[in-house]
Amino acid sequence: MDSAFVIEKFILVAVIFGISLVIAMYSTYAERKVAAYLQDRLGPDRAGPFGILQPLADGVKMFMKEEIIPATSNRWLFIVGPGLALLCACIGTAVIPWGTPIEIGGKTIPLQVTDINVGVLYIFGVVSLGVYGVMIGGWASNNKYSLLSAIRAASQNISYEIAMGLSIIALLLVTNSLSLKEIVDKQHGFWANGWFTWYFFKQPLGFIIFMVCSFAETNRAPFDLPECETELIGGYHTEYSSMKLGFYLFAEYINMFVSSAVMATLYFGGFNYPFMDLAVTHLGQNWASIIGVFALFGKICGFIFFFMWVRWTIPRFRYDQLMNLGWKGLIPLAIANIIITGVVIAIIEKF
Amino acid sequence: MESLSNKKKVLEQKPLSFMERMYLPAIAKGMGITISHLFKKEATVRYPEVEREFSTNFRGMHSLKRDENGKERCTACGLCALSCPAEAITMIAAERKPEEKHLYREEKYAATYEINMLRCIFCGLCEEACPKEAIYLDGPIVPADYLRKDFIYGKDKLVEAPLEMKK
Repeated sequence: MDSAFVIEKFILVAVIFGISLVIAMYSTYAERKVAAYLQDRLGPDRAGPFGILQPLADGVKMFMKEEIIPATSNRWLFIVGPGLALLCACIGTAVIPWGTPIEIGGKTIPLQVTDINVGVLYIFGVVSLGVYGVMIGGWASNNKYSLLSAIRAASQNISYEIAMGLSIIALLLVTNSLSLKEIVDKQHGFWANGWFTWYFFKQPLGFIIFMVCSFAETNRAPFDLPECETELIGGYHTEYSSMKLGFYLFAEYINMFVSSAVMATLYFGGFNYPFMDLAVTHLGQNWASIIGVFALFGKICGFIFFFMWVRWTIPRFRYDQLMNLGWKGLIPLAIANIIITGVVIAIIEKF
Repeated sequence: MESLSNKKKVLEQKPLSFMERMYLPAIAKGMGITISHLFKKEATVRYPEVEREFSTNFRGMHSLKRDENGKERCTACGLCALSCPAEAITMIAAERKPEEKHLYREEKYAATYEINMLRCIFCGLCEEACPKEAIYLDGPIVPADYLRKDFIYGKDKLVEAPLEMKK
């Protein structure tokens, strides 16, 4: 392990970390803007031109607020909770391939922090760890509403993780690989052998199940029951104030960013874009790679917009409806999807 | 029981059809509705910069009027204070000196005239009671302030600007 490698990875990690924080920051702004425009309003427009500085103002406000740790809370876990939530949200970006490798000074630099061969499992592990932040925070608050909310979050996440995992199995039947880099490479370009290369067009049902589950995993509307104000005051962060609350809210947006990135990577071709071979021959490898990065971020932004669009359209599910949908709707569908995929693959390969 | 009026409408609760149970078509329809609002004109008025036009009978802040020669119309008769249901108006009358003839129209005038804007309910009864057409509620919205005492508006804030300043 030479020092150049360490520096290269360090820079990459720092850049990705910075980008995910900035995107999460501006997601809060975008959320308010999208909400406003969908409701014929304007949204924040006072801080800077078009309200561009609003996230900074919000951040400053969060830091300036008084920090209250309830006397009856478990102090150590109360502090760990939001930290864990943010940490788990951030480390998910490590295995996502952001672009094709670029060459700087004769050295090939892959735009991916690490290509582990079980990338999909890693993402799953990190996403399911994320619920611990909510659980610990809700339990440590020593408040029945927070605890109820934490229980809801945990049971919801467990229920939907099953359907999510099953929907991924159907995808893995097609890809034959758990490495995210290989999955993306197999979606090269846009059109090949008389069909779209992106897995969305091979696994539309799987994608829909995966997307619904990732809404539930990120605690976004219409599955934001852990934050159900009318039933649970504020949910698991009722007792939190100042930047600890900010961490929870931030973690939600980073989660949204990560799951958008995962969806784009698994089903929408990641950094692949139509005519990418043409771009390589005409502009060179590096420029084609940069276009690919922008393509990926365009897809991610599209998904984030979709998340927000859904949030401001669909009312929240009732808890029994949520469980019914998860256990009786999505899991059978996902299993059916696996069987159909398996049969179709067998037919294509054998006949 | 048989309904006498025959107006009773019994609603039947049908089980959801397959399409309805799938959620997705209904969700797509709802998403279509919300996205159409993205392209509609926003209803927001950027308040401090842009003000919504008031209706013609809007009652805002009071102003004490001057006559065509720039003299104050108010004669401190006290009818406005008497008519005020919120007891927001108070005044002290004084007699006009000969050298003040260009300032006040009548021989008696209001030396101090105060309206407590926190008490005022903007009913417009003072305007109706005034025999001299001296008070009108034709101003803007009363601005916010920090202290209660600052809401007691004296003549400095209420009396119309003198004629030459107005031009």
